[in-house]
Amino acid sequence: MTPFRKTGLALSLMVAASASHAAPPTNEEIWALLQQVQQQLSDVQQQNKQLKVENQTLKVKVDQTEQTANSAHETAEAVAEATESAVKSASTSKTTIGGYGELHYNNLEGQNGAKDKDEIDFHRFVLFFGHEFNDNLRLFSEFELEHALAGNGDDKPGEVELEQAYFQYDLNDQHRVSAGVFLTPVGIINETHEPNTFYGVERNNVEKNIIPTTWWEGGAMLSGELPQGFSYDAAVTSGLKVKSSNYAIRGGRQKVAEADAKDFAYTGRLKWTAIPGIELATSLNYQEDITQGLDATAGSAMMWETHAVINKGAFGLKALYATWDLDGTGPADIGADEQTGWYIEPSYKVNDQVGLFSRYSLWDNQASNSTDSEYTQWDIGVNWWIDPQVVVKVDYQDQSAPTGSEKEQDGFNVGVGYQF
Amino acid sequence: MKSTKFWQTIFIGLVLCSIVVPAFSASVNQTNEDFIAETFANQVPKSKVVWMKDDLRPAIANILGHEYAGLRIRYWQQEQRTAWILDEIGKESPITFGVIITMGKVEQVKVLAYRESRGGEIQQRAFSRQYADAELSEQKLDRHIDGISGATLSVRAMTSVVTLALYLTKFINQTE
Repeated sequence: MTPFRKTGLALSLMVAASASHAAPPTNEEIWALLQQVQQQLSDVQQQNKQLKVENQTLKVKVDQTEQTANSAHETAEAVAEATESAVKSASTSKTTIGGYGELHYNNLEGQNGAKDKDEIDFHRFVLFFGHEFNDNLRLFSEFELEHALAGNGDDKPGEVELEQAYFQYDLNDQHRVSAGVFLTPVGIINETHEPNTFYGVERNNVEKNIIPTTWWEGGAMLSGELPQGFSYDAAVTSGLKVKSSNYAIRGGRQKVAEADAKDFAYTGRLKWTAIPGIELATSLNYQEDITQGLDATAGSAMMWETHAVINKGAFGLKALYATWDLDGTGPADIGADEQTGWYIEPSYKVNDQVGLFSRYSLWDNQASNSTDSEYTQWDIGVNWWIDPQVVVKVDYQDQSAPTGSEKEQDGFNVGVGYQF
Repeated sequence: MKSTKFWQTIFIGLVLCSIVVPAFSASVNQTNEDFIAETFANQVPKSKVVWMKDDLRPAIANILGHEYAGLRIRYWQQEQRTAWILDEIGKESPITFGVIITMGKVEQVKVLAYRESRGGEIQQRAFSRQYADAELSEQKLDRHIDGISGATLSVRAMTSVVTLALYLTKFINQTE
């Protein structure tokens, strides 16, 4: 731009600026403006007052809401406490009911003169009743009906039995005393025999014929925990009364039914469970007189049992050995002064619901004489736990009877069992 | 014969004598208060509650295998450690467990009171040590627990309770 042009531009701008600049306001104009401002100020003051009032109302409302919220919270707390204690007293009854049962189908073929067994049988129906008198004293009982129908006659093969009925009193945290009818502390399945707790439809023949499971007596027992994972049981009870025909142990169970108690029995067990998944135990049982004095040729008897139960991951193993030593010439004459059995049972859990097992058993109720009286048995089968407390079982058994008689039963079994 | 009767009497006498031994508390291994005091070295934080609201209920029922019979669950939390006291039925009676969760892992689980007639072996420290450092894995425990024959239900109860404690700790830490 030339200097001339610049000045021209500057001048025209100055004229424009001064033209927009109005003439200084007159007094009237100032007055009007003042009044306007005053009005506006008055309006604002009015609004401010109103806002203050509203604010106050809001404050009160907020306070009230806070109070209501607190009171609602307290009510909720009270309702929760009341409901919870009501639910608790309703659900934790001092009396408990439980039970177990098993239905069996046996399809066994008798060999060499042994009978066939084609049967469907509700083998056991059991009811448990328990009651807590106080924190230290409880009652536990087991009432059982075997084979569905009990009474006189061949068509009523069943039995009604009282298998357990004992009080348990806690002496302290580690030791307790029991009195009444209880299961003898021996073996693996003698105390834990609900169908979902073992493999195979029927209970294994070794524990059945040697221990003899299920074995219960009346008396008193002291039990407790010791350091290093040990636990013990010591019992004094009624004893066995075997028949003089064969002195077979299983036939000696009196089942506390007006049991002859001329001579008592003593049992001691030591168990070790320091490593999770492993149980080792050993029991000794001493019978003062195995025939309760009825047979002069028989006398006392002693049983030694030992077992291991191992559960590691999916693998399981059970192994048990039991042997009876009977005094007197009576048993010795027929070789029944030694009655022995053992079994080994490996198992594998395919998954949480299905387990496979196999078992080899050997038992002999006349072990010490030269005549072969030894039975052996192979079992193989599967357990399917529909629910941890309900199980379907299938197993196949191959028995071997002693040479001479060879009477054995081979075949398969199917069972359904529950526990609650 | 006479000596047998003598030993018989001695045995029975011994059993009877042991009944006279003063009985302390029941089979309560530790009171709830003592457990909490021990956990927080006597500087016990104020307890809080988790309310069993809509979406929490089914998740808990899934873990326990049954509905939770209550409206809320109490817990004690200090920094990274949360302590829970939970009851769960084994076979017939409730077992009281104390569980401590630290940084999303199990620090300790303890049986505070055991009332069942069988299965007391779960109270042994060697058994509960299997749960140490356990974590949650898809609403389940991240490991298999070696059971005890004759105590499957007590073991199940302990596992459910530990899983529940892990789940609830995760829940409260997410919603805070």
